[in-house]
Amino acid sequence: MLSIKNLHASIEGTPILNGINLEINAGEVHAIMGPNGSGKSTLASVLAGREEYEVTEGEVFFKGKNLLELSPEDRAREGVFLAFQYPVEIPGVSSTNFLRTAVNQVREYRGQEPLDAVKFLSLMKGKMKLVEIDQKLLSRALNEGFSGGEKKRNEIFQMAVLEPTLSILDETDSGLDIDALKVVANGVNQLKSPDKATIVVTHYQRLLDYIVPDFVHVLFQGKIVKSGTKSLALELEEKGYDWIKEELSGTSA
Amino acid sequence: MIGLKRSYRGPQPDEHSYPSTNLQIMSITKKKDFQLVKQFESLRDFHPGIAGLENLQNNAFTFLVGNGFPTTKEEEYKYTGITKRISESMPDFRKSAQISGLAQKTKTVDLPSWPEGTNIIVTNNGYFESELSSYDENDISILPISKLDPPTLASSIGTIEKSEKDAFSALNTTLFEDGLMVQIPAGKRVESPIYLIHYIQPGNDGHCVFPRVFVNADKNAEASIIEMDVFLDEKPVFINSVSEFRVHQNAHIKHYKLQDGHKSAITVSNTSTDVHRDATFTSVVLSLEADMIRNNLSLNLVDGSCEGNMYGLFLLNGRTHVDNHTNVAHTQAHAVSNELYKGIMNDHSRGVFNGKIFVYKEAQKTNAFQQNSNLLLSENATINTKPQLEIWADDVKCSHGCTTGQLDDEALFYIRSRGIGKEAARTLLLYAFAGEVLDYIEEEAFKKYCEKIVNERLGGNH
Repeated sequence: MLSIKNLHASIEGTPILNGINLEINAGEVHAIMGPNGSGKSTLASVLAGREEYEVTEGEVFFKGKNLLELSPEDRAREGVFLAFQYPVEIPGVSSTNFLRTAVNQVREYRGQEPLDAVKFLSLMKGKMKLVEIDQKLLSRALNEGFSGGEKKRNEIFQMAVLEPTLSILDETDSGLDIDALKVVANGVNQLKSPDKATIVVTHYQRLLDYIVPDFVHVLFQGKIVKSGTKSLALELEEKGYDWIKEELSGTSA
Repeated sequence: MIGLKRSYRGPQPDEHSYPSTNLQIMSITKKKDFQLVKQFESLRDFHPGIAGLENLQNNAFTFLVGNGFPTTKEEEYKYTGITKRISESMPDFRKSAQISGLAQKTKTVDLPSWPEGTNIIVTNNGYFESELSSYDENDISILPISKLDPPTLASSIGTIEKSEKDAFSALNTTLFEDGLMVQIPAGKRVESPIYLIHYIQPGNDGHCVFPRVFVNADKNAEASIIEMDVFLDEKPVFINSVSEFRVHQNAHIKHYKLQDGHKSAITVSNTSTDVHRDATFTSVVLSLEADMIRNNLSLNLVDGSCEGNMYGLFLLNGRTHVDNHTNVAHTQAHAVSNELYKGIMNDHSRGVFNGKIFVYKEAQKTNAFQQNSNLLLSENATINTKPQLEIWADDVKCSHGCTTGQLDDEALFYIRSRGIGKEAARTLLLYAFAGEVLDYIEEEAFKKYCEKIVNERLGGNH
């Protein structure tokens, strides 16, 4: 489904990603871990099409399409979803209107009829239950004055409504207490299906107790330096990242 | 319904000449422009004016020829060279006569779809048009200013807006021949809004219109007044209006004003309001299409415990230039004022905001808030903004702030990442920015109308 080959990206001339290779198939959950500044969030941003980043080398194909040539909106319409690490507060834009516009623009792109207000509302209602989000939150302006947990929950709610093929969760767990984390993870798990894939970018192994990954990759200095299964995450939790750094300097020396 | 018509006298033979020597001496000071005074041919036939207002009109005339029009060397007009703009773009400085066949011409005009029973008051190039007006006479009384009796005139026109304050105010006072006196009786709550529709169309005889309105809201009265200038063509026109509001004790008046003309329309409007004890006056001004607009809005909180609110939205493109100068004076204790003006400037347009708040020594426990926020969408757009607070009382809460920025890239990316196209995302953000001001409009039909034109202007079609 997603094929990343030798991806290099930089911001304002500073290289951040230095040759990422990653293959993701339908039905898989991949966790990307790594110390601060290793390029985890950059990878998520580049996949979603954030324009500050310049891709200097490499290619990304998504369902056979060259992802890097698509605008952020077209990537979303193709089925890529980024749950933001820091969801943006947008005063004056109601969550409901925003989502309805999004859903209908996505549908239009796919040649589907737009949803009328009634159908959209029933879609919303169903998804609200799924991620345990309060209606009150959605009648407010988008993310405005939301708590950290509410913002993250709203990201998962948007994901549920938009039904992406590839979901990228960028540190969705950061700053959440265990209850909020469970709700978010539960939402993600409910949305899992054999034809969809998920990338979980996280700093903490904790999230992976709730969203069980098929593969764990360690990102360091803009490269995937180690890949494994869930046990790798546990090992990282126990030993930290230093042993990987040491291992690396050992091999390079 | 009342049926009164006033025929236009047309330009008269040159009865009155200017005190020309005086003009020559004064014109050496650069702060003032006397050429434009000379241009106003209509000034020559301002006599006899309105019976009962001779002194007022004479004094305004004397002030005008003595003081001239402001240039950009004058602080109050530093960023707005409107005198020059008027001088250069009006083909003719006479008053426009009344539009003939107005009823026919207004049939295709796009207006808010107000419900049955809405009070509609129409003026025709500033003259009251009774045949096109319809309103509930039990609710309000409408009279053309030209037909008011001398005592009413003396106690209203020119008692709130002092024409020595501003040359354009003096110009209107000198030249207006008619206008509207709107009276809302004591204790009357006018359920339907009162639309004042000013139809504007310059004629062959002149390109200047001088609308004049006086609103007297008696004790405990409540009403919403919606003023719209409606342009029947796109010929150059100069609208020079003066509106006065007297909001008596515990009366509550909302005043909405829509300025959406065309690229050859220049407007200078002076609005002055006296707000008495426990009364509220709320102004919402939307400025869209124009060549140049200068709004002077003054709220005199003449007693304590009253409230004055000033909200404005200006959405500019091309070379449109809109200047809002507001002024609120807190004279007694426990009064509140709120102000929010927001501007979106695109292309080569320019916005100007100046907000003065005066808090006098007696005005303890004043609460006064002011905010001006602006978005610049192009490299060549400009905003000049200046809060000006003068506070002599020592126990007050006053705050002001102004921001100028561009559309937030992070917000734009966030919206796009959900599948919403770039243009739609921009519109969504711009509309959200503007919406904060639109939310102060409480009249449903008018609000819908404004939302529609604002959305269209911001590039939206949803």
